[in-house]
Amino acid sequence: MQLIQLVIGGIAQGCIYGLIALGFVLIYKATETVSFAQGELMMLGAFCGLALMTFLGWPFWLAVLSSIAAMALFGMLAERAVIRPILGQPAFSIVMLTIGIGYMARGLITMIPNIGTETHVLPVPYKDQILQVSGVVINVEQLVVIVVTALLCAALFALFRYSRIGIAMQASSQNQLAAYYMGIPVQRINGLVWGLAAAVAAIAGLLLAPITFVHANMGFIGLKAFPAAVVGGFGSLPGAIVGGLIIGIVEALAGFYLPEGVKDIAAYVVVLVMLMVKPNGLFGESMRKKV
Amino acid sequence: MRFIFKTSYEQDIRLAKHGGHVFWYSALGVFLVLSPWLLPEYWLAQLTFVLIYSVVGLGLMLLAGFTGLFSIGHAAFLGVGAYTQAVLNNHGVPFPIALAAAGLLSAGVGVIVGMPALRVKGIYLGIATLAFGFVVEEVFARWESVTGGNAGLFVQAPQIGGWEVGTGTPFYFLCLAVVVIATFAILNLLRSPTGRAFVAIRDSEISAQSMGIHLARYKTLSFALSAALAGLGGALYAHQIQFLSPEQFNILQSIDLLLMVVIGGLGSVHGAFLGAIFLISMPQLISLGKDWLPAVIGQAPGLQSAVYGLVLVIFVLFEPLGIYGRWLKVRTFFQVFPFYRKGLFKRQKSFQKSDRLK
Repeated sequence: MQLIQLVIGGIAQGCIYGLIALGFVLIYKATETVSFAQGELMMLGAFCGLALMTFLGWPFWLAVLSSIAAMALFGMLAERAVIRPILGQPAFSIVMLTIGIGYMARGLITMIPNIGTETHVLPVPYKDQILQVSGVVINVEQLVVIVVTALLCAALFALFRYSRIGIAMQASSQNQLAAYYMGIPVQRINGLVWGLAAAVAAIAGLLLAPITFVHANMGFIGLKAFPAAVVGGFGSLPGAIVGGLIIGIVEALAGFYLPEGVKDIAAYVVVLVMLMVKPNGLFGESMRKKV
Repeated sequence: MRFIFKTSYEQDIRLAKHGGHVFWYSALGVFLVLSPWLLPEYWLAQLTFVLIYSVVGLGLMLLAGFTGLFSIGHAAFLGVGAYTQAVLNNHGVPFPIALAAAGLLSAGVGVIVGMPALRVKGIYLGIATLAFGFVVEEVFARWESVTGGNAGLFVQAPQIGGWEVGTGTPFYFLCLAVVVIATFAILNLLRSPTGRAFVAIRDSEISAQSMGIHLARYKTLSFALSAALAGLGGALYAHQIQFLSPEQFNILQSIDLLLMVVIGGLGSVHGAFLGAIFLISMPQLISLGKDWLPAVIGQAPGLQSAVYGLVLVIFVLFEPLGIYGRWLKVRTFFQVFPFYRKGLFKRQKSFQKSDRLK
């Protein structure tokens, strides 16, 4: 029973990692750059939800939807303002740029008087409810995380499989030049991908907020999503979720069975082992650059 | 405008290219030697910090700026050096031996981290070093019998032959000596075949490989040298700060180190020093600026990180070559005075090097 509870907790946490990793992978596939600001986008999303619900008193659903939309808009604006001008520069410049954006976001949130330095509770309708199924105690918050992640994955799958825009995104991520020749507006698609990644990050933030708290440093959890993305294979969308689940479950079990302190680094140990054994990850295709 | 006619290879690899170099670097040397008597104590301490960070910056510059490998966990090497130095020093090991041990142990750890680097590249390497940094930080926190854990570890003043070089002027000269030796070592390395091989790997791995450069050996060597310099810097850092705790070597420190080389100017030895000056003087400037700003902004705790982020974004967008690149532009403007064109340093329109299969 305890094991099942641990695993469910791990899956819920893993879903969060997976969602953030999904953002990395989306951006990586579209622009071959890695965004280190993904965790901070998640933090911004959670703060946005908090501001709408607590300070403006909007109803739950309206607040959730508008903060997701706001973050999507923010992602597109960020892409237009700072990412697009330096596309084509060495990948590391863009990594440093996103680190800079993350620093700014964290700093600016912390600077808001009386709010930025505090931890807040996000008032969601399903707060502190518990479900008992044949002896297993399940936290409703964790259940919501798992269900929403599953629904989101289905929606993304449908988007990439059936919609014109999703197929265009796939095409431009496989070969930008060819996609451009086919009449796909690659730059606009890249902007949309950033918006999508920011929206997914906002959802992750709103899902995580009831489990932990909303505070300026919650973005550091984004650093644990890197291992998730690598374990799944950096270029694979299902891989990101699977990698997140693996990291989440390993972490939950390590926290219970192994000595104190191992939990915090379990994700990183897993990724180091993975990089030594199978650098392309579980779902990554093996690639070799030809001259 | 100065024209240098090179007539031999010896002249081409000479460290001081012309009389101006000799004059200005001698002037800098004289200033650095005299500064304990010129500067007040507080500024001397800041200058010592600049020198220490320069050593670390040189190491990271060798790795990131000249070999093209990025490490997002360099604070771990700094920490290994610092803790080695602290533990050995507190056990009464003579200072030079402890310093050498700190450098060597860091280099050894660097080789171990370099191993996956041979198989992975680009962002994977960044994530491997990031993961390694977290693991090392946790080891510092949990290995309490040696490192003192989260409670921290006090570092006793170093002694060389019964002469205490604890703080102030003697320690400043110690750091200065280490910096000078490290700088000359790096400059010499960069004009040797090994250094040229590093630069070749940075510019194109495939062409370096086809010219007979053993990628694995040179990448590992680069990691080892970079880690050794970071370890030396860490050893000096331990004495300067006198109290070590694991959170001094966390991810934020690693990012600060990266910030240092990127803002200083990737791919230039000057950049390491300019970056170190930036990193040390920035908090001072911010605290000076606090008095001018309204209290709501000036006293806010997140100000420093917001400013760092803003500066980083501005540099990446508008001056990718960093402070040193800006200096080069200013210098060229005056050298060619009426003939400076706007497009002289225009960023080359480069298409992204794709790692994908085409």
